[in-house]
Amino acid sequence: MVNTKVSLCGTELDNPVIPASGTFGFGYEFAELYDINLLGTLSFKGTTLAPRFGNPTPRIAEAHSGMLNAVGLQNPGVEKVISEELPKLFEVFNKPVMANVSGFSVDEYVKTVEMLDSVEGIGWFEINISCPNVHGGGMSFGTSPAAAEEVTRAVRRVTDKPIIIKLSPNVTDIASIAKACEAGGADGVSLINTLLGMRIDLKTRKPLIKNKTGGLSGPAIKPVAVRMVYQVYDAVKIPIVGMGGISSAEDVIEFMLAGATAVEVGAENLVNPYACRDIIEDLPRVMEKYKINSLDEIIGGAH
Amino acid sequence: MLDSIFTLKESRKIAKNTYEWVMEGDTSHITAPGQFVNIKLDGFYLRRPISVADVEGNNLTIVYKVVGEGTEKMANMPVGSELLVLSGLGNGYDLAPSGDAPLLIGGGAGVPPMFLLARRLTTLGKSVSVILGFGSADEIFYKDKFEKLGAEVYVTTADGSEGVKGFVTDAMPEISYSYFYTCGPEPMLKAVYDGSSASGQFSFEERMGCGFGACMGCTCETKYGNKRICRDGPVLVKEEIIW
Repeated sequence: MVNTKVSLCGTELDNPVIPASGTFGFGYEFAELYDINLLGTLSFKGTTLAPRFGNPTPRIAEAHSGMLNAVGLQNPGVEKVISEELPKLFEVFNKPVMANVSGFSVDEYVKTVEMLDSVEGIGWFEINISCPNVHGGGMSFGTSPAAAEEVTRAVRRVTDKPIIIKLSPNVTDIASIAKACEAGGADGVSLINTLLGMRIDLKTRKPLIKNKTGGLSGPAIKPVAVRMVYQVYDAVKIPIVGMGGISSAEDVIEFMLAGATAVEVGAENLVNPYACRDIIEDLPRVMEKYKINSLDEIIGGAH
Repeated sequence: MLDSIFTLKESRKIAKNTYEWVMEGDTSHITAPGQFVNIKLDGFYLRRPISVADVEGNNLTIVYKVVGEGTEKMANMPVGSELLVLSGLGNGYDLAPSGDAPLLIGGGAGVPPMFLLARRLTTLGKSVSVILGFGSADEIFYKDKFEKLGAEVYVTTADGSEGVKGFVTDAMPEISYSYFYTCGPEPMLKAVYDGSSASGQFSFEERMGCGFGACMGCTCETKYGNKRICRDGPVLVKEEIIW
């Protein structure tokens, strides 16, 4: 019997598989398909202080082995998330969840985290400083070490829960951003968010996405993500949540060997709504195949 | 909603760039006309959302137009191919408010969902009128199938090569109806909205990521808040639409 348990910032997960924010809503819709309590945890839809409609449509375009999205952090705002969405999630999910928070100023991050901090059932904060699809905020905090450290420090002051900072791959040196988060008091980092991309329609000669640019996700970005997890593992001591194109149990092992303690599955949930369940169910088989008794033994094993 | 394997039983070209597929599989999750399925194709990351034209027993009929690489691949797939299909997506049309004489208005690729709707409404004994709008005569399909249901069928073509010359709205004034149902390109839907004092239901099209409400890729604003075309739609009622 293999052991799939891992410990993420002091809380044990039954397995390292976490649906990524923005691909799983607030979980309850997937609960119609399977028992979502088999997940390690889930990172819910990115939440901001004020409600956001997001970007105009089309927001989606296809790419080889992947997709572009420019949803733009559509969410009902933190008040409604607390009063309407989370109660529905907690009806079907009885494990601690990861609260994904975005903002357009340090103050917004702080206020949103403060409001969510008192909600029972939140086990971790995932602070998104890497959304490429919003203007004047989002990714701009994640592309400078000083700004990343400032956000981390500010959020650190208002919560005792573990803080995981979600990093952007759209930088020249992701390790330096991760180090700045660690210095600011982060308990972990998650990476990678989507890679900024564009596609152009040959008939209209215009970008396929109304926002012009979108974030690339899916298997196309996996080698980039594995490389960045590997580099960040060398640079920091805090745990890493790895993501980027994961679609199989083999991918989970690959990210853990690169240095991830847990992983998030994103775009794959959109093409296979059972993706996380399928990966979790397949993990023991793949662990046996590669002679892994306990997943926590392989973290960073490629170094 | 169900993700299951369907087998392609029949594939035929029925008009210019337009193909009809009959697939066999578990259709039990398809509960209303106007719903759609999302089809996984080898070599393409995202699925292809296609509306349901008809469903009878284990047979699912779809009609699609070749508009890009995905639909071109579909048109060349041999009978006997197996496909992973997410079925029972979207809300579909509500038959309850139809009245005794509903009018169904389909434009181009918006015609297929009108067929199952017409079949259900004629089965209920409704006096159904149908307007089918196309660009030109070589694009016309399903006219005879609607007639066989006993519906009153009007055809319009933009170039006047068959039926009424012009758009679907050019055929509307001569028909008396209690309520309408429509599906087609957005400019057509807007023209129908502006051109009728009756109430009705509109089916919208939008680029989708998942097709089941997870990714928020296809959100639109309505008078009753944000709606996801794939899950809260694709059918919206006239009273909630913001153009």
